[in-house]
Amino acid sequence: MNPPPTSYNQPITSPPPLPSNTNSGMNNPPASGYQQNYQRPPTSEYPQQPGYPVSGAGEPPRPNEHSYSKPNQPPYQPIHQQMSNAPGSYMPPPSTPGYIPPPQTINPTQSYPQPGPPGAAGVARPPNYPNQPVTAPPKRLDPDAMPSPIQVIQDDKINRGGEGFRTEGRGLVPPLVTTQFTVEDMGSVSPRYVRCTAYNLPATADMAKNCQVPMSLCVKPLSALPEGESPPFIVDPGPDGPIRCKRCKAYMCPQFTFTDGGRRFQCVLCNAITDTPHSYFDHLDHMNHRVDKYRRPELCRGSYEFIATKDYCRNDKFPLSPAFIFAIDVSYNAMKSGYVDLLCRQLHTLLDTLPKEAHQEKSSIRVGFITYNNVLHFYNLKSSLAQPQMMVVSDVNDVFVPLQDGFLVDLDQSRHVIDSLLDQIPDMFRDTRETELVFAPVIQAVVQALKSAECAGKLFMFHTSLPIGEAPGKLKNRDDRKLIATDKEKVLFNPASNFYEKLAKDCVAQACCVDLFLFPNQYVDVATLSQVPQYTGGQVYKYNFFRSDIDGSRFIKDFAHDLQRDIVFDAIMRVRTSTGIRAVQFYGSLYMGNTTDVELAAIDCDKAIQVELKHDDKIAEEYGAYVQIALLYTSVSGQRRLRLHNLNLSVCTQLADLYRSCETDVLMNYLAKKAVVSALQSSSAKLREELINQISVTLATYRKHVASPSSPGQLILPECMKLLPVYLNCLLKNDAIHSSHDVTTDDRAYLRHLIISMDVSDTQTFLYPRLIPVFGETVSIEGLPPAIRCSEERMKENEAYLLENAVSLFLWIGQSVDPAWIQNVFGVQSAAQIDIDLVNLVVYDNEDSRKLRDLVAKLQASRNRQMKFTIVRQRDKLEPWFKHLLAEDRGAGGATSYVDFLCHMHKEIRALLN
Amino acid sequence: MSTYQEYIMQNEDRDGIRWSWNVWPSSRLEATRMVVPLSCLFTPLKERVDLPPIQYEPILCTRHTCRAVLNPLCQVDYRSKIWSCNFCYQRNPFPASYGAISETHQPAELIPQFTTIEYQVPGSAPIGPLFLFVIDTCMDEEDLQAMKESLQMSLSLLPNNAVIGLITYGRMVQVHELGTEGISKSYVFRGTKDLAAKQIQEMLGLNKVASGNPQQGQQPQARPVAFPTSRFLQPLHKCDMFVTDLLGELQRDPWPVSQGKRPVRSVGAALSIAVGLLECAFPNVASRIMLFMGGPCTQGPGMIIDESLENTIRSWYDIEKDNNKYTKKAVKHYESLSVRAANNGHVIDIYACALDQTGLHEMKCCTNITGGIMVMGDSFNTSLFKQTFQKVFSKDSKGEFNMAFNAVMEIKTSREIKVNGVIGPCVSLNVKSPCVSETEIGIGGTSQWKASGIDPATTLSVFFEVVNQHNTPIPQGGRGNVQFITHYVHSSGQRRIRVTTIARNWADSATGQAHVAAGFDQEAAAVLMSRLAINRSVSDDGTDVLRWLDRMLIRLCQKFGEFQKDSPESFRFAENFSLYPQFMFHLRRSSFLQVFGHSPDEIAYYRYQFNRQDLTNSLIMMQPVLYSYSFNGPPEPVLLDSTSIQADKILLLDTFFQVLIYHGETIDQWKKAGYQEKPEYENFRQLMQAPVDDAQDILATRFPIPRYIETQHGGSQARFLLHKVNPSQTHNTMWGGGQQDGSAPVLTDDVSLQVFMDHLKNMCCIIFGIYI
Repeated sequence: MNPPPTSYNQPITSPPPLPSNTNSGMNNPPASGYQQNYQRPPTSEYPQQPGYPVSGAGEPPRPNEHSYSKPNQPPYQPIHQQMSNAPGSYMPPPSTPGYIPPPQTINPTQSYPQPGPPGAAGVARPPNYPNQPVTAPPKRLDPDAMPSPIQVIQDDKINRGGEGFRTEGRGLVPPLVTTQFTVEDMGSVSPRYVRCTAYNLPATADMAKNCQVPMSLCVKPLSALPEGESPPFIVDPGPDGPIRCKRCKAYMCPQFTFTDGGRRFQCVLCNAITDTPHSYFDHLDHMNHRVDKYRRPELCRGSYEFIATKDYCRNDKFPLSPAFIFAIDVSYNAMKSGYVDLLCRQLHTLLDTLPKEAHQEKSSIRVGFITYNNVLHFYNLKSSLAQPQMMVVSDVNDVFVPLQDGFLVDLDQSRHVIDSLLDQIPDMFRDTRETELVFAPVIQAVVQALKSAECAGKLFMFHTSLPIGEAPGKLKNRDDRKLIATDKEKVLFNPASNFYEKLAKDCVAQACCVDLFLFPNQYVDVATLSQVPQYTGGQVYKYNFFRSDIDGSRFIKDFAHDLQRDIVFDAIMRVRTSTGIRAVQFYGSLYMGNTTDVELAAIDCDKAIQVELKHDDKIAEEYGAYVQIALLYTSVSGQRRLRLHNLNLSVCTQLADLYRSCETDVLMNYLAKKAVVSALQSSSAKLREELINQISVTLATYRKHVASPSSPGQLILPECMKLLPVYLNCLLKNDAIHSSHDVTTDDRAYLRHLIISMDVSDTQTFLYPRLIPVFGETVSIEGLPPAIRCSEERMKENEAYLLENAVSLFLWIGQSVDPAWIQNVFGVQSAAQIDIDLVNLVVYDNEDSRKLRDLVAKLQASRNRQMKFTIVRQRDKLEPWFKHLLAEDRGAGGATSYVDFLCHMHKEIRALLN
Repeated sequence: MSTYQEYIMQNEDRDGIRWSWNVWPSSRLEATRMVVPLSCLFTPLKERVDLPPIQYEPILCTRHTCRAVLNPLCQVDYRSKIWSCNFCYQRNPFPASYGAISETHQPAELIPQFTTIEYQVPGSAPIGPLFLFVIDTCMDEEDLQAMKESLQMSLSLLPNNAVIGLITYGRMVQVHELGTEGISKSYVFRGTKDLAAKQIQEMLGLNKVASGNPQQGQQPQARPVAFPTSRFLQPLHKCDMFVTDLLGELQRDPWPVSQGKRPVRSVGAALSIAVGLLECAFPNVASRIMLFMGGPCTQGPGMIIDESLENTIRSWYDIEKDNNKYTKKAVKHYESLSVRAANNGHVIDIYACALDQTGLHEMKCCTNITGGIMVMGDSFNTSLFKQTFQKVFSKDSKGEFNMAFNAVMEIKTSREIKVNGVIGPCVSLNVKSPCVSETEIGIGGTSQWKASGIDPATTLSVFFEVVNQHNTPIPQGGRGNVQFITHYVHSSGQRRIRVTTIARNWADSATGQAHVAAGFDQEAAAVLMSRLAINRSVSDDGTDVLRWLDRMLIRLCQKFGEFQKDSPESFRFAENFSLYPQFMFHLRRSSFLQVFGHSPDEIAYYRYQFNRQDLTNSLIMMQPVLYSYSFNGPPEPVLLDSTSIQADKILLLDTFFQVLIYHGETIDQWKKAGYQEKPEYENFRQLMQAPVDDAQDILATRFPIPRYIETQHGGSQARFLLHKVNPSQTHNTMWGGGQQDGSAPVLTDDVSLQVFMDHLKNMCCIIFGIYI
């Protein structure tokens, strides 16, 4: 049996059928009465290949050479369809050997017209299918003819995978996030740090409005880098601090031009001319480049860091090293769930792995401990003590920190006291009957503690249930399931009161980041509790019905990662832009005190921030557009530094240029975050309508102004955006957005919280999960078999699949999978005997087991969050849950399939065009 | 019976009572003419070794408005087994258990020598005395160490059945849980907040168990909520190791004190929590809150002064001019706490040791209302504090602790007199009875007073009023009766009732004045008048009080002196009046009324002691005792006069608060020359040693331990002596008389006793008949 992946690779070896259109080089429609049309790429429209050595920016590539020399990456994904006026009948999908026809097909009574059969030239479709229904009466859109994310990802991997991406020049479109490549910083920021929805910005606001393509950046300022890429150089600018433009205060960057023999420089953002300080002066060479250009990272790099002077510090005082505070819920539920034992046991060793700077031998982070139920217990861990001292604060309505000296301690000096404390915590509360809990007072206390210690810090809070204790921030159960799918649904996701926002503001003012680990057995009001983490650059982790034996390792790994990852504190991010555009909206785990400064109590290497840009004037095409992102922060060792990312973008006056430089994954990242935020204001039906409308406008504008004229019956998508419909559908049917009775309010609020700080790679998978056949050949560089399209139709009964959406990981086992494999992997004889509570694969010494474990490990390694591992057998009662994630299929509760949605989009676009 | 003096002494020894008048004027009119009111100094728990152990309840008069206790002054009809009450004349039958009594077989309470008798009521308190230590941690290492040691030492002195608790405070207040294993645990409270008892209870988690276990509510008589509070208050034998360790690990308040600031100290909040804790957990259980403080309260309720050293702590001037925003609030706070504690039968002791003031002026009510102990010292690291604290736990000759709790004193009187009130460390219980006068002196309007803490030395001043009208003569040979009934809890936990019944003769209205005058007790009168004066000075202006005191003295002289009109030289006083003017002279000069030169705290402390000490000690405080040591003869008491300061003499001054040894100029020179070291001058060494030994005797017996000072002519500490002596020679008189006998002049403008007396005589004789 041919495994399906080969058919996806087919285009590499065999070119797609040549279009036979007379003057465009596209093929004519088969003589079946359908209008088959392919859009020819206009010469100016073909995307530049940024990774290829191009002699000069802006030189138009020769169309023919590009369109035909790369047959596996056709510029456009044409969709042929015919509106059929006779609904009710459809053509079953073509059968291939081993292919199981899906039991469920499109409902013939659906309201919109049935799609017609695919055209002969479906690119993603292997040409060698038997019985190609080219001449059959058109009944149904062929899924293979629709743009396939798998194909696009695969194509990009092949075309650009492994290449070195040099950030030279302006407006270069980087490879997709799913592609592995290396980056060489040549003066513009690496796509690891910043990705854009479009690298070619519209010159005017009108243009932007017409196309409805948002101008937005996904900034991940501390992104972890793959091996081989060096982190930004650290520059010590001396006692006077970094050189800045006198008007807009932008920092010295490679784009600044020196004039007057080097005595002045011109800011690239505001064009103001500033005198070069004497200490910074150097001569210019014949190219008007400074002689020392390559000795100074700020003159030749896209990303670099400055060591900040006192002027950049709070109260003009160099900061102290930050502190980590652990607040552990020790109520009855907490003790029962067993996480306290586990955590205390693991902390002994995990404390040795606190983040430190490269040059440090040991971390300078101080630690402190709090336990709490309806009162707070602080611990005096002074090194001179033989035993820790517990101090109980019961005045939770007006909480305070009962000690200063001894609360935050140096790990090494107080090690014996800390160890003793960790040993005793589980015993002390083992028999507690206390079920009432407080929440906000813990955070208030930590803020006070950090204030009196005069340092920034991070609170790791471990919490089990709804805070019903009599204290500020008390919550009640407001999970009214009747509101779901009504206009009032949004109430559930808005915080219960503005108390937590105020609390978060206090946290930000003291640079206190809060990470929340939840272990709920019932409703805990994530929507409200997540406010503080969300505003303070923190994160929520949630382990429903936590059991140490099942969820323990996942929790500890998450916690360890959270504890160890790179993090900076007390940060302010400022986005400066060229005149004509400005940053107007920021999405992420952050707090905006005013409209320009992004206040981050802390930010770590996993957090991404979406920055939306707007025109306030027009930008000149020839100058390009520049963005400088400055992040002022306190490092884990207490050093105050500035990280700068300089982004060079192009500006265009032609829509075609714009459409060619878009990045759909970033666009979806933006749309997802925006949707999460908008969902707090409007109902999901309205939100859905708005999103569909916006994307329809984008696509219709393309059709109207960029694409060559063609029949209105054709759906023509820009090459860069051909996945927009499928991704948008994924977003709309995602649990976070889609009103569903199957998912709890807390889970949805949790997903929404996750989305808000996800990076592009995570959103891509989160929206369109990776479905990987376990028996597939390991081909790609990542060592994974190529993924298949997320549809049940693509799955086989004799195969097992891994499905990953950045949050969960499923192992689906087909009914007729080889029992030998089951024996090898699970040690049982049939699928029915598999213990599906298994959260870790048992280690067996055989090829199958090793391969599967290796696959799981690799999938996990690509995510910064531990995914919940679930085993699903075909026809199990858990299977609907799994199927729910098959992005291209119809889902429960009215979630549309890809096919249906595409048709719907087409209809919308046509309505706009008319 | 020989002399009145002996009679008075005998009565004092037996009943612990000293009356200003031992023969009572028979009518209201006459009584008012006596100038000094009919009053007494009464020591309710005077130490008596000879009292028989009576193990039953006293027999009460059946008239329910009377309820007087059967006493030796009652008429008893042994045949019909009936006794008649000597207060209301109700005839009461004896209970059946008294069936066997006869003239020859009397119960102890009828034997005439037992006018004071003590009943030891069967049954004892469920919980032994409770000691809640409230400890300041804002002090330097040395002081803290000394205090910790004293406390650790005190654990071995506490009664076996004692229950203890520990609260520490600084910026925060910590209530320590006792007897936890491993991690020591404490509940922390903000020092800026005044919490109601209920809140404290909730925050300490004391309400949970009580409400959660309904079956416990069914037996409320069983140990008062022993379970939840046992975390904080535990029997000594269960937790003494733990507390010793806890005290050992006690650190200074960890909050930094910046330059120019006082440590942040939450005395008010700590005390409030202590009171609240005991209030909800142990109402009416014998308890002492022992508050140790090393400085003033600087935040929260009861704040005396703010943190900044720029602002000085209030002075008399500030208090008089109401120039201080904290004082009034603080007084209010401590007063309400004291009343709460007193109502629950809890004692508050204050041990304040600091060089500066600590706020005793505001806090004095704590000890005055609850009958607690107040000790003022310079540092916890002095013998003054250490020995005084040790003495708190001293035992009497029977091996019993000198502390009693929850005393309620009730007074019953014959119908001819009524009670005006009491001055002393107690609180009114607001019990009206027929023997309560409408005129209040001190704490009046009640016939019952409560002192949560009382010891055998506690002496109250009780003021009476003769209500008998002039025209209703008292039958010949009639006697006035007063009965003091004091219920209290002994330190062993036993409930006891002490009954003192006294009777005094009525003076005949026609010929009585001589008898009345003969029965005058000038010492008692001086002390009683002083207490009245001090009591007045709390509300009145200082000079008004002095003027009142002068007026009373002049009137007394006019009434009882013998003199010829306009002839001051002819003034004569009977022997039992002769010392009275001198007492008044020294009282006027004493720091009880002359606040100049003393801080409000010192005055509060002095007055506190004066109001509770017995007659002898009170007299010493008014007029210190001076002994002179010389080669010329054995040590002798000398006049408290500057002429007594001689170059070749060593003086020993006892002011009650200080014991001072003063070396005259020559003695000092000899001492500096080292003669005492030489064997041939052994006698000099002995002379020098004699006052030291005597001083040690005083130190050993007195509570609180006085400050011990050794100084010499010209020494800075000599001021304590110069301040007290009668300035018969001052820099003003020196020029005329020249220096005599090496005595030292006193640099003062105060008048000398001689001038005072001359003036007094003038006032009496010349302006005769005019009541000033």
